[in-house]
Amino acid sequence: MLKKPMRLEHKLDLSILVVFLSVYALFFIGNPGVFSRFDIYYSFMSTIPFIAILALSVTLVVVLGMMDLSFPSVLAFSAWVFGAVFTATGNMPLAVIACLAVGTACGFINSILVVHIGVPSLVATIGSMFFWRGAVNMVAQGRGISLVGAMDRTLFTVFVGRIGGVIPAQFIWMVLAGLFFGTLLKRHRFGTHLLFVGDNEQSAAMMGINVKLVKTIAFMQVGAAAAFVGILSTLEVTYFWPSQGQGYLMSALAAVFVGGTSVFGGMGTMLGTFLGALLIGSLEAGIISSGLSGFWIQFIYGLLIMISVSTYATMMRKRG
Amino acid sequence: MSENTDYEYLLEMRGVHKSFGHVNVLQGIDFHVGKAEIVALVGDNGAGKSTLIKTITGVHRPNKGEIYFKGQRITIHSVAQSRALGIETVYQERALADQQSLWRNMFAGREITNFLGLIDVKQQKRETERLLRESMGFTSKAITVDSQVMFLSGGEKQGVAIGRALYFDADLIILDEPTMGLSLSETKKVLEFTRSIKEHGKSAIFISHNFYHIYPAADRFVILDRGKIAGDVRKSDITQDDLVQKMENLARTGVFE
Repeated sequence: MLKKPMRLEHKLDLSILVVFLSVYALFFIGNPGVFSRFDIYYSFMSTIPFIAILALSVTLVVVLGMMDLSFPSVLAFSAWVFGAVFTATGNMPLAVIACLAVGTACGFINSILVVHIGVPSLVATIGSMFFWRGAVNMVAQGRGISLVGAMDRTLFTVFVGRIGGVIPAQFIWMVLAGLFFGTLLKRHRFGTHLLFVGDNEQSAAMMGINVKLVKTIAFMQVGAAAAFVGILSTLEVTYFWPSQGQGYLMSALAAVFVGGTSVFGGMGTMLGTFLGALLIGSLEAGIISSGLSGFWIQFIYGLLIMISVSTYATMMRKRG
Repeated sequence: MSENTDYEYLLEMRGVHKSFGHVNVLQGIDFHVGKAEIVALVGDNGAGKSTLIKTITGVHRPNKGEIYFKGQRITIHSVAQSRALGIETVYQERALADQQSLWRNMFAGREITNFLGLIDVKQQKRETERLLRESMGFTSKAITVDSQVMFLSGGEKQGVAIGRALYFDADLIILDEPTMGLSLSETKKVLEFTRSIKEHGKSAIFISHNFYHIYPAADRFVILDRGKIAGDVRKSDITQDDLVQKMENLARTGVFE
């Protein structure tokens, strides 16, 4: 009599998969020559991991029903630390550790504002977004740092080398991040606590979940992920520049929401975010190669986002 | 601490006072809950029911008086501590998280994990299934361990929360207005779940201002009136009509007789 209803999250995953495949089908139709060759995928594999890793990490904060807008600035500031430490000492492991530590600390500062002082996360991270961008402008004095000297290091190969000469290492990092965050959210104790806090903070506390700790870790891991992507993106072009990361804010958030994670918290899908990032990251090339002019890019971005979030909102409303 | 089973009452309060500023909310409460006993705590709004409960669960500390649990004198500082002792509270609205599945809710905050913190999903689902079908007697095919809580009725939610408390071996389950806003058939379900607490050899304090809702499930009635215990009667010693009569007298004259 009653058909077992499909879980909303599975429906969301299915719909983002359908959207993803349809858009790629359109790309193929638009320009079969480009999309049937490896070159375009090579290019995607080197550029998409940056927004994908950021988006996966930010998804955890969104699952809490919160927001972090500061990660591009944290990325830039930690990347500066990376470049400065490497230039000063020539010690790459030290530069990596310093960079990750600074990123995590920036995330911790966000969590103090949000968890202990009680500033809404959107507001708090607007503040820290300007703060860290300002900080990097001051310390870098508007100048970039060349990291050509890092190219012969083993760690360089580990982060952004080309495996077998064809697969960018950051692509492997992206896949690992996808598996890591997917497992974390749906199979780890921490992920389930995130879902409960995002769903109903009061009942989460009643069930003995340490709400403040969960929130603090969520913001700290965004800081760490931003620093990590800072290293990747700096090494990829062997150059640090102070406006680094600025283009990632909207595309990473778009990936999260196109992926189907709810801004209200309590639910989220890493598969969705992952596919969302692949989609957002390949849209520009797809549009251009289909023969449309660059003026179409933002228009189609917007259209895709509006359609997907409307679909999800409808699905949310119809359940129950 | 070895498990002591040689005690008269599971919970006993002696001469407990609690005031907020100049307002004396509890004025010398002597109250106890026996083993495998369902105690109905009845009283109007403002009688001090929730303050009494909050001193048991560690939200408030009494100004005066003693609390004994399993024969041992205790001082409860926090909700976490009262849970560790074996006192669970089931609040109607805050018992469960709506968007999460039953198997997650059942183990929220107490997940079965390996050393890496990864959840044993199979085990949690199996235990939840067992609890639903066997302990709580859920028969509906529409409810599975994967169901989101939002699809459950109010009574079913209470049932899951009670089942969870039993699963984690709570000795005393406090039900705070569990039937408020529920339909008659839902209220009946909650009463059945409450009886299952007794069947498991555990005790419960059932709080309500609707006395008719708790009559069928309770063993004893404790009537709270303006911060004092106005009456304490076993169900076996009184008929429902007599009890109603006495409650009306209490409301009119301030004397429970």
